[in-house]
Amino acid sequence: MDANKKRLIRIIIGAVLFAIAVLLNLNNFAVELGLFLASFIIIGGDVVIKALKNISHGQVFDENFLMCIATIGAFIIGEYPEGVAVMLFYQVGELFQTYAVDKSRKSIASLMDIRPDYANVQRNGQLEKVDPDEVAIGDIIVVRPGEKIPLDAIVLEGSSMIDTKALTGESVPREASVGDTLLSGCINMSGLLTAKVTKEFGESTVSKILDLVENASTKKSNSENFITKFARYYTPVVVIVAALLAIIPPLVIPGATFSDWVYRALTFLVISCPCALVISVPLSFFGGIGAASINGVLIKGSNYLEALAQAETIVFDKTGTLTKGVFKVQNIFPNGISEEELLRLTAYAESYSNHPISLSLKEAFGQEIDTSLISDVEEIAGHGVIAMVDGKQVAAGNNKMVKRFGLPDVDIGDAVGTIVHVIVDQEYRGYIVIADEVKDDAPQAIALLKKEQVRQTVMLTGDAKAIGEKVAKQLGLDQVYTELLPGDKVDKVEELMRQKSSNGKLVFVGDGINDAPVLARADLGIAMGGLGSDAAIEAADIVIMTDEPSKISTAMKISRKTLGIVRQNIVFSLVVKFAVLILGAMGIATMWAAVFADVGVSVIAILNAVRILNAKQYR
Amino acid sequence: MKKTFKLVGLDCANCAAKIESSVQKIQGVTSASVNFMTTKMVLEGDDDKMDAIVAEATAIVKKLEPDVEVKKA
Repeated sequence: MDANKKRLIRIIIGAVLFAIAVLLNLNNFAVELGLFLASFIIIGGDVVIKALKNISHGQVFDENFLMCIATIGAFIIGEYPEGVAVMLFYQVGELFQTYAVDKSRKSIASLMDIRPDYANVQRNGQLEKVDPDEVAIGDIIVVRPGEKIPLDAIVLEGSSMIDTKALTGESVPREASVGDTLLSGCINMSGLLTAKVTKEFGESTVSKILDLVENASTKKSNSENFITKFARYYTPVVVIVAALLAIIPPLVIPGATFSDWVYRALTFLVISCPCALVISVPLSFFGGIGAASINGVLIKGSNYLEALAQAETIVFDKTGTLTKGVFKVQNIFPNGISEEELLRLTAYAESYSNHPISLSLKEAFGQEIDTSLISDVEEIAGHGVIAMVDGKQVAAGNNKMVKRFGLPDVDIGDAVGTIVHVIVDQEYRGYIVIADEVKDDAPQAIALLKKEQVRQTVMLTGDAKAIGEKVAKQLGLDQVYTELLPGDKVDKVEELMRQKSSNGKLVFVGDGINDAPVLARADLGIAMGGLGSDAAIEAADIVIMTDEPSKISTAMKISRKTLGIVRQNIVFSLVVKFAVLILGAMGIATMWAAVFADVGVSVIAILNAVRILNAKQYR
Repeated sequence: MKKTFKLVGLDCANCAAKIESSVQKIQGVTSASVNFMTTKMVLEGDDDKMDAIVAEATAIVKKLEPDVEVKKA
């Protein structure tokens, strides 16, 4: 039988005796007192013992001791039912509190249940089930369908779909086949995979993430620091006031009795623990960090979760953050030729190059290139390429290529990006616009941030003015700074930080690879695409595991919700406690009300904090 | 050096706060924290004093919360 069950049984037996004593209305004083004493000892004996033990350790003003004074005091002034009832409700409340804390610990733990229990390692031609800690780099592991990937590894054999939901919050599975990297903590869904371990367990993705989340609460928020300070003064002050209340009024006020004022003082002692706050505030932050992590956002400290709610200016890096960082054919403008034919000839002419522009053309063409149709390929540096394709001379390149053929300048209108002009057999046949593509959720991400009351959204880029301004307009950003050198980005961020209000925070969002100095300089640094990128995880305060900028508003929602609940709990606990303290001093509130203000409030605050964990509401 | 311990049976948040503020005062400790939710205590301090720090921290836990057991995590 566990300790909680024993405690519950003791409470029930004690409560029955207590009920008998109250209800039977015995006229025999000695029997009545005996029953009350017996139920008191059964219910609260352990509290008394604990208090005595702590006093022997030099710990006087702890919860147990104060509760003993309050209840034994009630007995001494003749309020037997009160004394037993207070102890009874205190114990029930404590039990309930233990249960609630336990439950929320477990639900947080299950949210972050990504730690693999074992690894199947090939040793001497046999498969052995071992602790992931015992697996070395270079070992060969086998992951069956339904199993967690225990360590970061590279696939040697097999292909499968991988569920990364626990790490990224992303429900669409990813494909993995030979040569792909497997990240620990993900779940293998369909096929059998054989893979070579690339990192030790302690350095694996899953360990790093768990370590970050579990240690996040060491970086405390302002609210937590406030509660710690408050708790330090609250108990001694309440105890001193209680002592004064018991002694002074009976001496000063004519007609006041000691027993009345001692009773009032005892109600004070019952409310003297700041438990509701001390438990619920850290629990809220822990829950917020947990809820963020299952949504694919790692927050490295309670302080960062708190700061995010005050984001006033959000500065984005362009490439890789708001755009995919991959070139793609945007538009084809043919001239006396079909779109398909223009693209086909260009893709063929460029097919020998591995330049990102050429690759994007090949991808847009989307068919196998028959290399036997291509001959006489000539690359002209700074101009482009000329080749014979299918018996035609195809030249693809920039403005200079057009001039080279003695053709007039082309008006490209407002097209933005890299322009590939195409000349077939000396005739101008049109141009193709290639540009980096905006991420699918980027416009939505900016709109959502505006809805979250972010005052200013800014984009920084090293790209040309025309490209940067087009992207900014497309996404609805407030400001854009283009043609910046890497060092300029830090200067710009510093300039923007001087412009913001004193309470507002400046958030910088980047890919975490080239912009570590800027991430560090901003009030809050957010890195994108953290899954599998140690650099991003290292550099930022908040890491978005996927490539989706819309997760920033998800994180902001969690931050707001967490702070809202923290505020509710602080206000609610303080208001109830102070109200009962005042009413108690005036002789209106009874010890029953005081017990509610103590443990009842704790339980309500814990239950309120648990609401943060419901992760679905942030999607 | 950084060491992490599990405080088995830690069931009172106020005690966690008390343990935290006491272990922070141990000589040689650069930073210390007790997480009530994960029941973990993290001690960071000078390498050469670590053994003494751990011994003293364990004693503090025993004094403040006799029922709590300090385990290596």
